[in-house]
Order: sequence, then structure tokens, then C-alpha cells
Amino acid sequence: MSEADFDVIVVGAGCAGSVAAYVAASAGKSVLLVERGNYAGAKNMTGGRIYSHSLKEVFPNFEEEAPIERKVTHERIALLDSESMMTVDFTSPELAREGADSYTVLRGPFDQWLAEKAEEAGAEAIYGIAVEELIKDESGRVVGVRAGEDEITGQVVILCEGTNSLLAERCLGNPRPKPNQMAVGIKETFELPASVIEDRFLVPEGEGAAMLFVGDCTKGHVGGGFLYANKESISLGLVATISTTAAQDTPVYQMMEDFKKHPAVAPVIKGAKMVEHSGHMVPEGGYQMIPRYIFDGCLLAGETAGFCMNLGYQVRGMDFAVASGRMAAEAACAAIDAGDTSAAGLGSYKTKLESSFVIQDLKMFQAWPSTMEHWDRMFTEYPTMVREIFNGLFCVDGKPQQHLAKRVMPIVKKRGLFSLFKEIRRAVKAL
Amino acid sequence: MKPVSEITVNVDELLSVNKYEVDEESAHIELVDEPSDEEFRKLVLLCPAALYKVDEEGNKTFDYAGCLECGTCRIACEGTIVKKWENPQPTMGVEYRFG
Repeated sequence: MSEADFDVIVVGAGCAGSVAAYVAASAGKSVLLVERGNYAGAKNMTGGRIYSHSLKEVFPNFEEEAPIERKVTHERIALLDSESMMTVDFTSPELAREGADSYTVLRGPFDQWLAEKAEEAGAEAIYGIAVEELIKDESGRVVGVRAGEDEITGQVVILCEGTNSLLAERCLGNPRPKPNQMAVGIKETFELPASVIEDRFLVPEGEGAAMLFVGDCTKGHVGGGFLYANKESISLGLVATISTTAAQDTPVYQMMEDFKKHPAVAPVIKGAKMVEHSGHMVPEGGYQMIPRYIFDGCLLAGETAGFCMNLGYQVRGMDFAVASGRMAAEAACAAIDAGDTSAAGLGSYKTKLESSFVIQDLKMFQAWPSTMEHWDRMFTEYPTMVREIFNGLFCVDGKPQQHLAKRVMPIVKKRGLFSLFKEIRRAVKAL
Repeated sequence: MKPVSEITVNVDELLSVNKYEVDEESAHIELVDEPSDEEFRKLVLLCPAALYKVDEEGNKTFDYAGCLECGTCRIACEGTIVKKWENPQPTMGVEYRFG
């Protein structure tokens, strides 16, 4: 028998951490879940929406008990210039199909539920305690955590400290993400009655919508806006790459202010009470920024392992966190049972990740982050070009009109047919 | 310092709706004594809580009290003008009710 205080110590009660704690505790292991916030979720923020597939594997009936907001049945993507907006608006029963369904969430309530599940399964959770250091033995193997004066030992430490990964950097030597691999996110939550939200989002009662914006919301720089319908609130915000935001002229909070006042956005939040102004970082580097995630006695899961994916039309993080948290716990349990919690003994974590969507999706789209980063015109010229094209379609002023092709072609040609073709081909290849 | 775009929003007012337990005792983020204009400007542009400010006379100010604990200033400037970046003491700092 091991002399460690716990079989598994989980650092951070977010999506990855609480699921890891739940899975390990359900397997009969003694588990300590340590969270620096006063409650799970106190330090967490999402756009956001969770794709349910990986959550459902762990909690088959989560829809009945989890504090989810709305099932997303309407997907919208908008190209925004300073005054115009062109939206693709899609709805279908397939979006709501079990297994492919997704839900808007607020992390305050949602993470508390997840952590409660871990506690119900037998994990011991402590809140308001920060892990300040990972303790290592003389061989460099992680054997526990230090929180204030207390040292607690565990056979395996699962590190799920989120996107600002101080411990992974300072105690495990993982590289600090580069400013072009990370984005700053800013969000405001607005309260509105459910029926008003349904009217403004044009959704049936109880259903929700997700909307992503590209263009003027980040003043033409890499990034984008988001808008989610919750039960009785709206989440509105934007995400902007750190390196490019640091090199332009508009503070990110001013971008947010201008975004809120955009003629196509302002009506959605009109008269709504702003109840929270939040900020968070988002890993955007994809596969290329995944750090080492298996160490002697320690595994990394969720955003600490860089598991996050932004394809422009699809933003995912929490489903990666849930899946990687589960796999980390399974690998930890197997290693403990086999009596080998070295990096080699924990190796099944890698196998599980690589045979699942977690690594496979990140790998498949590994060219996208750099494609997006260098596709300047996507954020400037394209929204304006689209504005001109659609003005050509819809503006009727009584002057005799040209054929549509004659109206549209000069607008497109102005941007260079060949370079447009090249840019779009490159994007299609990366996507 | 190269000027930034006109600022029409009072972020302090926005932050006033948030729940905080401010640690008056110790600053969890510290800057070097004479931060360079170039690096400080980055943080003016990046901080979602507008904690890094430059007044009309060009004086730089920084107040950790409204921090949202995102870590953006750390990624941008740790090792240049961000001298220390720790999480606030346990139970301190921002407490998201919605998140």
C-alpha cells in the first residue's frame, strides 16, 4: 500500500478537474479536489457553449440535473463591418440530436454542479485553498501539492488549473504560451426575461442560439465576437489574439464598448441589465501549442494541456476538458492499480487521447491557427466586400439596374480575384 | 507613448457590478519601477479590466484591485515589465457569479 494521503489529488475544480475527480472517486480511489475559488466556478468564465457528447459519456442524464441554460438549435455566423452585418442563420433538428446537441452554460452554476457530482461520488473537495507548488521527490517525480503551510501527498496529481497555467510553467517547466498563441476574452452578461430573449433571438420557447462574429468587433484584427442566449441572460463578448491586440490602437474594453453599440448588436441587449463584466484567456494555438502532459506522478488535462480549438465557426474547449479529465482519471486509476505511476505507467493517457477526438481533431486542424492569424483580410476587407455585394443585391433606388454579375464582379475584382481565390483555397484546406 | 484610440467607456463603472474580495494587504501583480512606454502600452490595450492607464499628463497608473485574473498581462509582459504575477490569496480576488 502506498503511504500517500490520497490516491489522486486534482488541482482545479473546472470541467476537467471535477470530471477527473468524479471518475477517480467513482472507481473507488481516495480523491482530493482542491479549488482556489470560494466555490467551483468562482474563477471560471466561458463564452459559452458546451458540446454535450463527452459530458454525456460521464453523466448520461446530465440534461435532467445539470444547470444548463438552453439547447442551441440556431447557429449564426456574422460578417461585421463598422455599420453592416451579413448573417448566416441556420437551424435544423440535427443540431438538437442527442449526442450532437450543445448547450449554453454559465460556469458559476455549472461548475458547482460538476464539483458536487465529484463530492457525491466520494471525492473530498476543499475550496478557497490555492495550490502554490507541486511537491517533487529527489528524482523529480511529483508526489503531492503544497497549499500554504500544508503539504498533501498523492500517488497521482491531475493538474487542471486552467488556461493561465502557473504551476505547469513554474513547477513542471512547460513553456509559457506565446502571445500569438493566446487570446484575451472579454464578456458581459445581461439579464433579460426568458420571453424577451426568445423574441430577440427568434427561437422557440426554451431553445437557444449561438452566434459568432468576425470583422469590426475586433477592429479588423484577428479575433471575433460571440453572443449566446442563456435562460434569462445573454452572454456577449469578444476574443482577440494577444500579439495583434498589443500592436494596434484600440483597448479591448473599448472594442467591447463599440461592439455593444454596433447597430446590429445594440437592439439585442437594449434595456438589459449588465450583471457581470468578466475576462479570461483562451488558448488559440491548437495542436502546435500542446505542451508535455504526462510527467512522473502527474497528468495535465483541459486548457492546462492546451486542449482548446477555435475554427472560427466552431469554438470548443469544455468538451475537450471533460473528455481529457475523464481519460486522465482512468489512466491514473489504471496506473495506481498496476503499482506504477511513473510517466511510463501513466502512458495510457496518451493512448486514450490520441485515439479520441481530443488529439485527432486538434491534429486535423493544426494548420488553421496560423492560417487564421495571417488572413488579415478576413477581418477587414471581407466584411466590407460582403457589405458592398449585398448592397448591390438589395438596394433599389429606381435607377436602371445592371445584371447581377455586372454589379458584383467589380466589387470582387477590386480585391483581386486571384488573391481571393488563393486565400479561400488556403482556408478550405486548413479547415 | 503612441496614443491609443479615444476611450468613451468607464470600465470602473462596469466592474462595479462584479463581486470582489479585494486583498488590501498585498498586490498579486507587481510591475517594475520604470515600465517602458512600449510595454505598458500593450497592457493598456490588452487588460479587459482597464487596470493599466495613462493619464493626460502621460503618467502611468496600475491598480490590481479590479483584476479579473485572466493572466493576459502575464502572457504579454512577464519578464519585461510584469515583475510578479501570482493568483490572489485564497478566497480573495474576483468571484464570478455567472461566469
